[in-house]
Amino acid sequence: MPTVSVKRDLLFHALGRTYTDEEFDELCFEFGLELDEITSEKDIISREQGDTKAEGASDVILYKIDVPANRYDLLCLEGLVRGLQVFKQKMEAPRYRRVSPASSEPQRLVITEETTAVRPHAVAAVLRNITFTQERYDSFIELQEKLHQNVCRKRTLVAIGTHDLDTISGPFTYTAKPPGDIRFKPLNQAKEYTAQELMSLYKTDSHLRHYLHIIEDEAVYPVIYDSNGIVLSMPPIINGDHSKISLNTKNVFIECTATDLTKAKIVLDMMVTMFCEYCEEPFTVEEAEVVYPDGRTCQYPELAYRKETLSADFINRKVGISESTEHIAQLLTKMCLRSEVMSDGEQIEVEIPPTRSDVIHACDIMEDAAMAYGFNNIPRTTPRTYTIANQLPLNKLSELLRQDLAAAGFTEALTFALCSQEDIADKLLKNISETRACRISNPKTAEFQVARTTLLSGLLKTVAANRKMPLPLRLFEISDVVLKDESKDVGARNNRRLCAVYYNKSPGFEVIHGLMDRVMQLLEIKPGQGNGYHIQAADGCVSPVTICGEMDGLKDHRGMKRECRGVED
Amino acid sequence: CIPVLSTYPILKTLLRRVEKVDGGLDSQDVATSLGVDHQAIVGAVKSLLALGDVISADQRSSKHWELTGEGCEIAEQGSHEARVVSSIPEEGMPQSQLMKLAFGKVGFSKAMSNKWIRLDKGHEGGPRIFKTVEHLEDLVRDKLLLVQKGQASQLEEKEKNELKKRKLLSEVTVKSYWITKGSCFSTTITKQETELTPEMIASGSWKEKKFKPYNFEALGVAPDCGHLHPLMKVRTQFRQIFLEMGFTEMPTNNFIESSFWNFDSLFQPQQHPARDQHDTFFLSDPAQAHEFPQDYLERVRKVHSEGGFGSQGYKYDWKIEEAQKNILRTHTTAVSARMLYKLAQQEKFTPVKYFSIDRVFRNETLDATHLAEFHQIEGVVADYGLTLGDLMGILHQFFNKLGITKLRFKPAYNPYTEPSMEVFSYHEGLKKWVEVGNSGMFRPEMLLPMGLPEGVTVIAWGLSLERPTMIKYGINNIRELVGHKVNLQMVYDSPVCRLDS
Repeated sequence: MPTVSVKRDLLFHALGRTYTDEEFDELCFEFGLELDEITSEKDIISREQGDTKAEGASDVILYKIDVPANRYDLLCLEGLVRGLQVFKQKMEAPRYRRVSPASSEPQRLVITEETTAVRPHAVAAVLRNITFTQERYDSFIELQEKLHQNVCRKRTLVAIGTHDLDTISGPFTYTAKPPGDIRFKPLNQAKEYTAQELMSLYKTDSHLRHYLHIIEDEAVYPVIYDSNGIVLSMPPIINGDHSKISLNTKNVFIECTATDLTKAKIVLDMMVTMFCEYCEEPFTVEEAEVVYPDGRTCQYPELAYRKETLSADFINRKVGISESTEHIAQLLTKMCLRSEVMSDGEQIEVEIPPTRSDVIHACDIMEDAAMAYGFNNIPRTTPRTYTIANQLPLNKLSELLRQDLAAAGFTEALTFALCSQEDIADKLLKNISETRACRISNPKTAEFQVARTTLLSGLLKTVAANRKMPLPLRLFEISDVVLKDESKDVGARNNRRLCAVYYNKSPGFEVIHGLMDRVMQLLEIKPGQGNGYHIQAADGCVSPVTICGEMDGLKDHRGMKRECRGVED
Repeated sequence: CIPVLSTYPILKTLLRRVEKVDGGLDSQDVATSLGVDHQAIVGAVKSLLALGDVISADQRSSKHWELTGEGCEIAEQGSHEARVVSSIPEEGMPQSQLMKLAFGKVGFSKAMSNKWIRLDKGHEGGPRIFKTVEHLEDLVRDKLLLVQKGQASQLEEKEKNELKKRKLLSEVTVKSYWITKGSCFSTTITKQETELTPEMIASGSWKEKKFKPYNFEALGVAPDCGHLHPLMKVRTQFRQIFLEMGFTEMPTNNFIESSFWNFDSLFQPQQHPARDQHDTFFLSDPAQAHEFPQDYLERVRKVHSEGGFGSQGYKYDWKIEEAQKNILRTHTTAVSARMLYKLAQQEKFTPVKYFSIDRVFRNETLDATHLAEFHQIEGVVADYGLTLGDLMGILHQFFNKLGITKLRFKPAYNPYTEPSMEVFSYHEGLKKWVEVGNSGMFRPEMLLPMGLPEGVTVIAWGLSLERPTMIKYGINNIRELVGHKVNLQMVYDSPVCRLDS
């Protein structure tokens, strides 16, 4: 869940009133947000780096607000305020318009064929006559970062570049070139570098090094030039220094390059809708034309308004309320989904704005109606669904046996299903190839290399960790191991096992033997060859017996373990 | 404790002394007058108390003065200053030689201030000391001897404190017993029996015997038994609750799952962060699942990439390779998906209530509350016409059975449920609302491709088993609850689990 940090006083100023922390927390809760933390820059620095470093840092109160992962329209102060104001019915949701430039051709971004191999999509737009202040500028930069981390999937899907349009001149070319052929002065650097040099320069950059892998191994790197050959950006890594925006920038050219066009359009829509309120003509965005390698052209941003029609009955039935069509239309309008009752008085026409890319189905609209109604105002009812409960036979038997094993004096252990390869092979004197073990490809540590094929290793580790306890230790576990099995769709299956360990200074084989006899008695299996059970040394069929003379360096404590296979095999 | 024979004489002596006095006597005084260690008398008092009401004894404490080690030395050999005087011959002694004596330094300055000696600094061969008195009164020693004889009361407080300052005296607190006759006082001791034996009953000798009363203050003998693990005890209770509510248990015994059932079937897009290497354990062997219901898979592909069933879809290039990847399931909802798909294949839809409690796996950073594997509790209800109010109602009933009555719901986001609600309960101890679970209605994009009828709604909720268990048993670190490193004593000592009390 992304967290957005906003200055409290700035937020209250924009909301036109102040709240106590509790009141604001309550408002967030209703709206599906979470006021996660109340802090300040000073607090944060002193917590992370110590009091001395925090000296002189700002102690302006910050609200850290958790935003649902699909609500990109709430990732900055501007969006949050708009969402909350509309929700509180203090303002109407603005209507975002794409406009043609007043007296010239639209800016053009020409995509060349070469990009297909590495990053095929690009979209663009212009924010004309925008007025930045320090706060607006900071928020603008912060939103790019938030989008990069979330919907852009750390720039793999989409990368955003913003440029001072007055420092460059179109048409712009989005192409891809061998890294050696790209040369420019990157953002905040003093000299020019080739793309190759940049990649090694940024290897040690705490921020940028995380994005290098996206294009590192490609034959060509994506790059955007203006008509004079000035590099705007080398997405998804870095912009050029030449076109960087500042507080004084009046006209902003925004480009988004992508591997996923749908996401690129969403990201561009977010960038422009959030900040076009600061344009001379608020809530308008100047279009840009994108020319595809095949000659096709498209105008961006899309700023598409989509209409959905649904009935009040649908919402009432799904939520469990009985509200009038008019009221439901009002509720939806509060959620920035402008709604109108249609002439039949039953249907509602809902307009989904470009800011609400999360609304992809009628159920999303229904949720917004429920939220605006207030989840906690919905009457809590009992479904009439009549069913008879059944236990899973395997679990029922396991539950019954657990009780009886405890009654027999054995204590239940609870060990991990994942372990190291050593635990199930080398340490039990087995070859890993005999184990039918499933292997994990991306374990962070050796503890998670394989799924266990035996419960024994976990029980032995439990004994090892409890050597201070008075002897004897009597332990058991009933749980699943995992084995490869070609006959299953995923190529593996669980297998329920019972394992018990008796640990004492003398072997006491008769103790564990007695427990096995008891288990067999409980399962109504008689001793004897044929239909019954019998014990056989080493690689026997029913109950392999292993005598383990030494464990974890404890030479005087002899233990015996026995694993009973096939309880419910 | 029955007095052993060797202590009999002291018991008898003590009883005789108690018999002779009218009021009572102090154990400390008895010890002093008998010339035995006080502890021996204390032992005798305890032994007698154990016999019943022979004597009664009240503990009390008194303060008295005692000589320190140095004080004892002075009482025996004289004060340092006196010893200085007595060690100086008529012809005097070089100062350097005197200083070498153990008592020299302290004694010299005290003797000087008492004017018992004089120092001739300009003496030939270095400074020399001469006696100025022949007989002296060693008052310090006299006072210490008084204290040693137990006559400290003859000294003034000021004098005692001065000696205390010189570390020759110390004031000690002595705990002693004030012993008086009990209601069954007697100077003869009868041995008490601890157990009634068959022989006593047979011979009738029990009638004459005195029996030792039970000591209810001591703990009994711990029974020799096995114990169930606390997390599993809580699991049993949750299972019970679901069964009471008419929910059928799902077969969750398949830790390894394909990405298809774990994510794609739940309408979780292939670029979703949960599908990252950082969050999920992928398998290298067996790396891929090889069998899917083909027509269903095609409908899933379509709803992701193109939409349909009333949905815009995610509009991306859906890849079978991603769906085939085997993983350790990240939630038991993968099994719910399989069960709902199976339900949709029935000729006629029947309403169901399902539950499961089983392990799930996350390749997460581990801390005090997160492990790579934990147990997920999940409940699912599928029927025609279920509402959000029904979901909240059923959650209310479920949590009521856990003893949680105050609930409220917060809008949330989850890729496969819409609406999604986080469940909060009011924690009386923390005086705030805490999250206790997640819930929602499964998205139509998940249900309709499975083939479930249009009007069927599926509501579901989930929570972890570990968290309520940690709260229940007051455990702060999950490692103290789960895994091989847990202290078995914790398992031995854990109480029964009643979630509603």
